[in-house]
Amino acid sequence: MTTSSISTSNSASVESSASEASARRMTRLSQVFLLTAAVLLLVSISQPYWGLILHAPQYPGGLQMRVFVNQMTGDADPRLDEVREIDTLNHYIGMKSLYDAAQLEQAIAIPAVILMAGALVVAAVLWQRRLIWLLTLPALGFSFIFLADLAFWMTYYGQNLDPEAPLSSAIHPFTPPILGEGVIGQFRTVAYVDTGWFIVTAGAGLIAVTLVVRLLRNRASKG
Amino acid sequence: MIPQRYPLKLLFTGAVILTTIVLAVVISSRAVTSAQGGASDWQTIAAERGLTDADMRAAAMTYTPSGVMDEYVMFASAGQGGQVLAIGMPSMRLLRLIAVFTPESWQGYGYGAGHEVLEQGFIDGQEILWGDSHHPALSETNGEYDGNWLFIGDKANGRVAVIDLRDFETKQIVHNPAFLNDHGGTFVTPNTEYIVEGGQYGLPLGGEYAPISDYESAYSGMITFWRFNSEIGRIDYDQSFAMELPPYWQDLCDAGKGISEGWVFCNSFNTEMATGGIESGNPPFEAGASRGAVDYLHIINLDAAEEVFLNGGAVDINGFNVIPLETVIANNLLYLAPEPRSPHGADVTPGGEFVVVGGKLDPHVSIYSFQRIQDAIAAGPTETDVFGIPVLSFESVLEAQVEVGLGPLHTVFDNQGYAYTSLFLDSAVARWSIGAEGYRPQDGWTLINRTPVQYNVGHLAAAEGDTASPDGRYLVALNKWSVDRFLSTGPLLPQNLQLIDISQPGDFTQVLYDMPITGAEPHYAQIIRADKLHAWEVYPEVGWNPLTQSVDPNAVTQGTEGVTRDGNNVTVRMTAVRSHMTPEHIEIQEGDHVTWTITNVERARDATHGLAIPFYNINLSIEPGESITFEFDAIRPGVFSFYCTEFCSALHLEMMGYMMVQPR
Repeated sequence: MTTSSISTSNSASVESSASEASARRMTRLSQVFLLTAAVLLLVSISQPYWGLILHAPQYPGGLQMRVFVNQMTGDADPRLDEVREIDTLNHYIGMKSLYDAAQLEQAIAIPAVILMAGALVVAAVLWQRRLIWLLTLPALGFSFIFLADLAFWMTYYGQNLDPEAPLSSAIHPFTPPILGEGVIGQFRTVAYVDTGWFIVTAGAGLIAVTLVVRLLRNRASKG
Repeated sequence: MIPQRYPLKLLFTGAVILTTIVLAVVISSRAVTSAQGGASDWQTIAAERGLTDADMRAAAMTYTPSGVMDEYVMFASAGQGGQVLAIGMPSMRLLRLIAVFTPESWQGYGYGAGHEVLEQGFIDGQEILWGDSHHPALSETNGEYDGNWLFIGDKANGRVAVIDLRDFETKQIVHNPAFLNDHGGTFVTPNTEYIVEGGQYGLPLGGEYAPISDYESAYSGMITFWRFNSEIGRIDYDQSFAMELPPYWQDLCDAGKGISEGWVFCNSFNTEMATGGIESGNPPFEAGASRGAVDYLHIINLDAAEEVFLNGGAVDINGFNVIPLETVIANNLLYLAPEPRSPHGADVTPGGEFVVVGGKLDPHVSIYSFQRIQDAIAAGPTETDVFGIPVLSFESVLEAQVEVGLGPLHTVFDNQGYAYTSLFLDSAVARWSIGAEGYRPQDGWTLINRTPVQYNVGHLAAAEGDTASPDGRYLVALNKWSVDRFLSTGPLLPQNLQLIDISQPGDFTQVLYDMPITGAEPHYAQIIRADKLHAWEVYPEVGWNPLTQSVDPNAVTQGTEGVTRDGNNVTVRMTAVRSHMTPEHIEIQEGDHVTWTITNVERARDATHGLAIPFYNINLSIEPGESITFEFDAIRPGVFSFYCTEFCSALHLEMMGYMMVQPR
């Protein structure tokens, strides 16, 4: 009896320690995922999230616009300042200056990203708490928030053309596509999501995986 | 009779219809045939145009499709146009005109901008607004073109200009006030320490007067060594010096390289010291200067001359450092060697071992050995000329002579050990072999072939031909006369620059292309590999001052434009961007002194704007990023429509404004 009871208790403790070990592994993996997502989020700000190329005969290489979370640039050579060139062209159709767009978003982008990344670190520490849902949500949705905000500005710019502009009779208000091809005057535009967006979306994928794992574990432990 | 009319009429009508049909068929079939021929393959087109296989080979070697870049850029002087031309090779497309000594309105040079440079070339306050640009020289590092700077001499007024190859614009003009003409310039030393400017016609030094009867005693020759500061890209006037030479009409010079680095060689053609005077029954210059059997190759020890200058051996002549002839002789800075009479050119071989002098009136090129020259100097020359300058004997310094043809002038070199000499009288280019080690010892010193050119060839230029390692492949004959080569455009004819294929060894050479040049007589050209040039696409930053090659603190930024007044002084601050200038209304008053700054804030390649102000003789070219400040007095009241002179955009015509000058 004693022996068997001991052996029973032993086997139970072995089972429980095995499941605890697996839980610890899962927890550690989830924490690694969240911290990785935080790192990806931070890394992404050095890369453009979105890009636009304007093709026209007199611009053999096309005109390039790259949008980061906190700035806009043009060609790889910043001295050529292709955003200024796009701006110069835009004034013919009465579009507002690109330098005036999303100033609030650009100003708060870096602190916001750091906060989101910090929240992911806290979430990794407080893995067991329900609070993590709240902590991970901004990072999880950031890539889509970015695109939604971009779409808002694109629409706002496209729809609010100065009716007094030189080409106002030729180019009417329009909604530029945020992905894929469009046509404005002699320009064929190609819009695409860029490296930074993919990085931050990959991070969001990691967050999503950890949240699903946690959800399933919670269900399992309840069951 | 009447019934017969109808058949006749019928017959007549029928004949007309039949003829029309036949004609229609014949013409339409012809039209179809010719349309097919016109749209057909290149062999048919070549046959129809009468092009031979050789013509098609030339076309294949030169045709450069749209968007394809040339391999070489030739910088050709533009003679009395006072400019320099940049020409792509092998397409022979004119890429750029560079204004140097002469105002040029496309570049806005001398019409509001560029005066700072042009004024440097004025002599004693005298406006000189043209030049006779002769010999361009590219800056060199270790005897190779480095693509940084270009120099050009003005024969008429003895001036030298510096062009920056980042923006292809003239930055500096200098003048040696001790002399008033040049020809043997510009040539650079192997690391561009000095730009050599040899004088030409003998003159009293310092702009003084002396009667022609005192020619031998009161007239001199001159060679100037302009010290170049590569750091800032400017000639250092105070570190430059000149050497007084005998009044022998020094002609063309070349700097030594390799073993002859530190020496300079010039031919001369009036050792007779003829003074002309055809109107007084004297022999004209053309006869008097050709009377003697020999002239003198000038052999100058530049290293030693520099030392003499640095040790205070120069005197001040009209504000310039000149080593007098007696000091030159006392310090053995100059040796002479006989040349067959009235020669032309003194060209140093790529390794620096030989100097080639063209006979002009003698059918030979004479090749002098630098080593023999050194040996003869060491042995101690036994003869002197009338001024006491040591003369080395012809036999002691001559390496070889090659009979090349009539009127040999200039010699250039390739990568196969051949030399090419222009034959003015034969209208041909001689290819001959340099029979020395390192060249073509297997062929000896021999004439290989002669390529006819059209016509009266002066200088030659070969790809990288003046460097320590010529590329070969292409040669350009700079022909003075074109006679029947082009459609007639009246009695004034263009020059003819002919591209010649020299890539094959032996006697095969081929003229590939004729390029007419108008507005100028290109005397000489240098050809550089295009990948050595790194010109800016736009100025590096907005607000750029091309004279300082830095951002001008006075440049205008968008949002800060305006017109301000301080008494009678009005300041206009303007920006230009497609398709408007800001401000568009300039309200001033008669008698105002206007200082106007305009900045092109564009960053797009080719988005150049102009600014023309009628009546006031102003036209600018403001390239992307450039800022220009100009001044004028509003002497005439009225309304002046200023506008952009570069067709910059679809709304270019709207890019204008009104300058309203209120009468007092």
